[in-house]
Amino acid sequence: MAVSLREYRARIKSTESMKKITRAMELIAASRIVKAQQRAQAAAPYARELTRAVSAVATFSDVDHPLTKEEENPKRAAVLIVTSDRGLAGAYSSSVLKEAERLAERLREEGKEIDTFIAGRKGEAYYKFRERPVEQTWTGFSDQPSYDVAAEIGETLIERFLREQGEEGDVDEVHVVYTRFVSMLTQEPTAVRLLPLEVVEGEEPPEESELLPLYEFEPSPEAVLDGLLPQYVQSRIFFCLLQAAASELAARQKAMKAATDNAEELIKKYKRIANQARQAGITQEISEIVGGVNALADANAGAE
Amino acid sequence: MADDVGKGLWVELVAADRTVWSGEASMVIARTTEGDLGVLPGHAPLLSLLTEAAVEISEAEGVVHAAVDGGFLSVAGDRVSILTEHALLAEEIKIDEAKAALEAAEGMPTGDERELHIRRAAARIRAAEKAG
Repeated sequence: MAVSLREYRARIKSTESMKKITRAMELIAASRIVKAQQRAQAAAPYARELTRAVSAVATFSDVDHPLTKEEENPKRAAVLIVTSDRGLAGAYSSSVLKEAERLAERLREEGKEIDTFIAGRKGEAYYKFRERPVEQTWTGFSDQPSYDVAAEIGETLIERFLREQGEEGDVDEVHVVYTRFVSMLTQEPTAVRLLPLEVVEGEEPPEESELLPLYEFEPSPEAVLDGLLPQYVQSRIFFCLLQAAASELAARQKAMKAATDNAEELIKKYKRIANQARQAGITQEISEIVGGVNALADANAGAE
Repeated sequence: MADDVGKGLWVELVAADRTVWSGEASMVIARTTEGDLGVLPGHAPLLSLLTEAAVEISEAEGVVHAAVDGGFLSVAGDRVSILTEHALLAEEIKIDEAKAALEAAEGMPTGDERELHIRRAAARIRAAEKAG
């Protein structure tokens, strides 16, 4: 018996307390997911109305705005990677980072240099460890992003995009890598191009009655577009952050559920071994007693 | 005015992270970059930029006051959407905080930033005072 019964009991105890922790984390993640989904739903009307407005302007005026202008010879691309702040979420952060590597590979093949922007501490640590240059990072909000953060990120990226080509720090394209929340079971790391903007119409085709209201623009179509597009970009980033938050929580819940199940398995295994050890101890004691009694009886028999 | 409700406007006041108010109304007053603008049922389709100011929505039970931080007003087929990054209903505004913010803003060095903060705080105070 290599390990004593007492040691097995200690192992069972520590595994049990670990199980309690992972179980608690699982439940917390589960309850936060509901909130994250509600937030995503609450943000939907804004995105919807904004998209409608942008498509309205796009339909009635020639969209010729710096934010929609494709550079003829793109040389530099900015990549925003949305990762989590904390670990214990399974492969969540690493699969986003892998997707980012794939995107970077593709962009390099197209002959573009890459400026990296990161949201979330995990991504920051990944790049720091590999000593790769990072332009800017934002951390501390990954599981409940606010619109203000999205606005700040948006402003930074737009500002970089609007710089003239050849100017220090200019980028010609902006990409975002985030995790799309498909369902509680599936989250997909996705890369999308944010800038130059492609104005996407709503997914549903507009109804007959809604078609072509002839908008008046105040003060002018250009001014309205000027105000609309940055907001549109920021709302797209906000959407990415919200999706990433929901995905992170879903991934964490799944990972913690697996950990809880594993802990249960371990406890079961240790209990079996501990019981065996206990039984072996009892058997040995009995055989020692029986052996002792027999020896005594033999000795007594010899004396008579 | 109450007669108009029912065939009135459908108004949505939407902030970036939530719908602040939505419902039927007879009239909407907002301040665009060009000046105050009133919208009644049957208004021509319009897309306009808003400034930091108070918004008034007249509905059946009275008038809803809110403060918006810039954004857009779009009118199409008796549907009015007011889009803004941040919007606060009058009852959500803490007047003391808004006044403190105004004072802090007035102490800032002159520039666009100061103007923006002053307008924002003033809009909140106005919305709260009108409602109160």
